Amino acid sequence: MSGAGTVKLKINGVEVTAYEGETILEAAKRAGIRIPTLCYLDGLSNYGSCRLCIVEIKGSPKLFPSCTTPVSNGMEVITDSERLRKYRKMTVELLLSEKPHVCAVCVANGNCELQDLAKEFGVDHLRFDREWTRQKIDLTHDFLVIDNNRCILCTRCVRVCDEIEGVHVLDIKARGKDSQIIVDMDEDWGSSRSCTSCRKCARVCPVGAIYVRDKPISETKDKDIAQFIISRRRR
Amino acid sequence: MVLKPEDILRIAREEAERQRSYRYRINVCCSSGCLPFGALQVLKAFEEAIKEFGLQGECRVSRTGCVGTCSVGPVVLIEPGGYLYQNVTPENAREIVKSHIVSGKPVKELLYANEAFFKKQLRLVLRNAGKIDPLKIEDYIAAGGYSALIKCLTKMTPKEVIDEVIASGLRGRGGAGFPTGQKWNFVAREKNTPKYVVANLDEGDPGVFANRTLAEADPHAIIEGMAIAAYAVGAEKGYIYVRAEYPLAVQTLREALKQARSMNLMGKNILETQFSFDIELRLGAGAFVAGEETGILASIEGRRAMPRPRPPYPATSGLWGKPTLIQNVETLANVPLIILNGGSWFAKIGTPKCTGTKCFSLTGKVNNPGLIEVPMGITLREVVFEIGGGVPSGRRFKAVLVGGPSGGCLPESLLDLSIDYESLTKAGAIMGSGGIVVIDDESCMVDTAWFFTDFCVDESCGKCVPCRVGLLKMRNILERIMKGEGRLEDLDILSELGEYVRDVSLCGLGQTAPNPVLTTLRYFRDEYITHIFDKRCPAGKCFRSQVSMKEAP
Repeated sequence: MSGAGTVKLKINGVEVTAYEGETILEAAKRAGIRIPTLCYLDGLSNYGSCRLCIVEIKGSPKLFPSCTTPVSNGMEVITDSERLRKYRKMTVELLLSEKPHVCAVCVANGNCELQDLAKEFGVDHLRFDREWTRQKIDLTHDFLVIDNNRCILCTRCVRVCDEIEGVHVLDIKARGKDSQIIVDMDEDWGSSRSCTSCRKCARVCPVGAIYVRDKPISETKDKDIAQFIISRRRR
Repeated sequence: MVLKPEDILRIAREEAERQRSYRYRINVCCSSGCLPFGALQVLKAFEEAIKEFGLQGECRVSRTGCVGTCSVGPVVLIEPGGYLYQNVTPENAREIVKSHIVSGKPVKELLYANEAFFKKQLRLVLRNAGKIDPLKIEDYIAAGGYSALIKCLTKMTPKEVIDEVIASGLRGRGGAGFPTGQKWNFVAREKNTPKYVVANLDEGDPGVFANRTLAEADPHAIIEGMAIAAYAVGAEKGYIYVRAEYPLAVQTLREALKQARSMNLMGKNILETQFSFDIELRLGAGAFVAGEETGILASIEGRRAMPRPRPPYPATSGLWGKPTLIQNVETLANVPLIILNGGSWFAKIGTPKCTGTKCFSLTGKVNNPGLIEVPMGITLREVVFEIGGGVPSGRRFKAVLVGGPSGGCLPESLLDLSIDYESLTKAGAIMGSGGIVVIDDESCMVDTAWFFTDFCVDESCGKCVPCRVGLLKMRNILERIMKGEGRLEDLDILSELGEYVRDVSLCGLGQTAPNPVLTTLRYFRDEYITHIFDKRCPAGKCFRSQVSMKEAP
């Protein structure tokens, strides 16, 4: 990989060659450097909402989301520092305190990306008061369940439904702290006429918010589904 | 009607002559500040009084935009002489006509007395506000309007226009202060077409009304500025994004666009030149985040107004993926002046790094609230105490919030701070959308910080975690402190959260939203400590409300 269309940059002091137009996250991934992510999913459009993949770029006091920041020649990226770790831990803490996340009674226990990140960053308690308000769980679909009490609003389900399945059944209503994933025009999932019951939403949900009832979650989750479909389409 | 540049100049001459033929011009402010106090009735009363005394040929009564002194409306400006009458009632109107117009004796007891309000101001952007009828394009043309556009179209290349703007040093008035000429350059050099120009007229901040007032008072200044920008960057289509809660601004702009089109100043081959440009109004549903540039673009495209990460910047990929120049309306209204008087003239106003003037909405506990325009580099003390006339009814000045709900609360010791982008940012405040709220010693700073944080919690779009959850937790901690249940470690968590939200948030709103908390922690920490240790509110605000909360059934 050299010549036209490529750029050279440094990630954590290591020189890396990347394609022009590639994001820092993609370049790091190919170089074997892992940056924690949550809303990012290979194969879907980049959303930049979870802010876990923030990195430092030398010469700028600002932080940059690596999933949406393109590489440029001579760029020096730091993907891990005390400041970044502190902020990433804060993000996980805030997400855990936003909704009544109780791992012990969650279907995704042991298969949850948020739980994994909490372990990784050493979140052993929360400094913020937790939210215990309960929201209705939609059990009307034949086998798909949406539990907004566990949703972290990463919109992977919204994007996979829109961009891969192409039906756009799911979306967000309201804003800010009241944001919520809805089905069609905020209807019961069971009465949805647009849902094809393809289960892609359940496959890509990083937590236990959308799942297939009565199935072990280890069988129904597949976060590489979007990339898989796109590579199949290309063949 | 096909008009040429020389036709517009002729109209300007004729209209100016006609206006000079009037012995008196009576301008009744009919903008959003004066309308609720009966400005239209006052206007009617003047028209009737003029008829009654048979002065139709000698006097012109017209509705105009805001003069700036919004707290004493309805106001009436009588030219020549610049006599400003305040709190005018329909009954006063007849008296004023009889004494001032007929006998030449101004009614002293009705005149606006706070000379200091205008003394330190420099009204460039608001040059026509209160003086012309915003619904008559001839008025604007007679005041020199559209001659800057004519100059661009007939004598200047797009590059020369951009160079003039660069020479002026004009910076974006939307808050971030990015150099305007440089932004124009970015869009101009893009090859991708079509290109768009977007004017941002979405103010969501409590206590901020400068852009609305400008649109109500002088809509053609915005339109002309946009047309010049479009000529410079090579765009053929523009959008003005207005809050739907600004019905008068919407109506005024709509009428102005119609008149501009009828005079060949908008549309295909403007004034018989090669340049074509048209503007469409887009109404925003009223969300704070719809004022953020990428949020606006999403809204114009018909999507949910949510910001997206940059890059790509709108200059390369804006509306429908095309190069888009997006500017605040105040920035655009500066442009005709720069073209007419030259960039170097403009660069002499203000400070070397921050040229020109800035409009501020001055509100809160201040004697002369209203819309002001001051040269950059003026101090906060001059604004609050000289133009604003200080704090009313014997209270003491405590703080001033600069930059709207996500601005910073600055204490008395910082009053000599010069108003420019860099000094404000260093002190923890922002220029923002130009809101200055004066706070007196009756207010509690914890309560104040809570109020603005609560606003931002309500207005957060909810996309990114720091802004959606971080701000909410900050508000909850403030609430606990206000109830007397605060702990000392809360202060550390508040600053840590504040810095996190500032550094990690996706868009400018989240990045500035912790400012009220961070600055009150920095300058008024003792008040927080008193709340926590003594379980007492120094201003007597918080615990009183707590009692009433407990007493409520």
